[in-house]
Amino acid sequence: MSQAKIADWTQGHEAIVYQDCGACGTRQYFRRGFCAVCGVPDPVEKRASGSGTVYATSLVCRAATPETRAHVPYNIVLVDTSEGFRMMAHGDTDLAIGDRVTARYQPFAGRLVPHFAKAK
Amino acid sequence: MGFITGVGLTSYGKHEGSSSLDLMGRAAELAIADAGLNRAEVDGVLCGYSTVSPHIMLATVFAEHFGIRPSYAHAVQVGGATGLAMTMLAHHLVDAGIARHVLVVSGENRLTGQSRDASIQALAQVGHPDYEVPLGPTIPAYYGLVASRYMHEYGVTQQDLAEFAVLMRRHALTHPGAQFHEPITVADVMASKPVAMPLKLLDCCPVSDGGAAFVVSRERTGDTAIRVRGCAQAHTHQHVTAAPRLSELGAEIAIARARASSGMAISDVRYAAVYDSFTITLAILLEDLGLAQRGEAAARVRAGHFDRDGDMPLNTHGGLLSYGHCGVGGAMAHLVETHLQMTGRAGSRQVRDASVALLHGDGGVLSSHVSMFLERVG
Repeated sequence: MSQAKIADWTQGHEAIVYQDCGACGTRQYFRRGFCAVCGVPDPVEKRASGSGTVYATSLVCRAATPETRAHVPYNIVLVDTSEGFRMMAHGDTDLAIGDRVTARYQPFAGRLVPHFAKAK
Repeated sequence: MGFITGVGLTSYGKHEGSSSLDLMGRAAELAIADAGLNRAEVDGVLCGYSTVSPHIMLATVFAEHFGIRPSYAHAVQVGGATGLAMTMLAHHLVDAGIARHVLVVSGENRLTGQSRDASIQALAQVGHPDYEVPLGPTIPAYYGLVASRYMHEYGVTQQDLAEFAVLMRRHALTHPGAQFHEPITVADVMASKPVAMPLKLLDCCPVSDGGAAFVVSRERTGDTAIRVRGCAQAHTHQHVTAAPRLSELGAEIAIARARASSGMAISDVRYAAVYDSFTITLAILLEDLGLAQRGEAAARVRAGHFDRDGDMPLNTHGGLLSYGHCGVGGAMAHLVETHLQMTGRAGSRQVRDASVALLHGDGGVLSSHVSMFLERVG
């Protein structure tokens, strides 16, 4: 992973960050020092709005570590963000595919993780 | 042209006190004897990996332990697709004249060698270390995500998925080496403990001890020859977050390439061996491969299409779901069973016609794919 310019939830900050390629316009979520589509270096880091649509859900009922077991059941979701990239996060257990959602942040197993709920 | 000249398979389940090397050795001995060879004739070794006993040079460790000095040896790691990826490589190695008899071997004491939590934890690491793993997903959760989307797009229900677990269990009942011997019903699957919804315990393959091996040779060593007619791979992503649309998954790409390289069509296939880590895996792969129309695989299960005496017998040993899953060896059991079927040695499980078989393996979260056609000649 290349050096972060904007701190995000993976570093314990309340933010979702993506990269925008100035050359081909691709928006990517996993941070790299280059655009994974066209290879041009230094895509621009931007803070996402935290809004999106639920793409998939899975309610975890069997966890594998004592830290995660304390949170069971927890809902893992894939969200298609309004900026156009897909991300994994937590979500309310009543979420269904296609729901419009917004992100907040919650502690989970000693970390801060994005957690989506239905948009008001 | 690579021929599968011998196969070996241990029972799957608990092998208390056996190491990964023990299980590899047992399967290797069976496969070499089945090929009518002695171990000194093996000049190539390809092996998988062991999560219980990780090693940076497992093939060499195994060769020394087993007492052979191959001219070509290394491990291969493509998750659940490893067994078929090794077979594909062995086929090309013998075809290119690099080796004459390649031993493909894997075994792991995954059930008794570590706790279930440790297995689940080790496997979850296929997720992205920064963007996925901190969220506490498990392998069933990665596939649970795929399942929820597939069910949403194609109208597949949890009851539909349960049919695949019931089918694999029915097949396992006829194999003495299978991990599970109790029949199950759709209601049993539906009532089993939730793991990562929509997947429940009986939608998931077990953790097992076991070993599997085969020999891939440049020439046939027996009367009945089973040869690799064609094979191909596709790798579209590693992490489920980065997976393409369901309509663009790697299985469809791999099978199209394998069809092109072999000149075979799905209508030529008489026996199918398809990766079944979860019920959803089997449902998606059968439909991606063209063995069922989109959203209709479960209906075909209900109609008996994939039964031993059906039009397309599938995983007649019980698959990962019910024969068991010991890591790389898990899907290699599919090939062992296919070979027994193609050579008419499957006993009470024998199907009418297994002259042409289609095998498919999947690693990661539908990330890496290998499709392979085998045919009987002579």
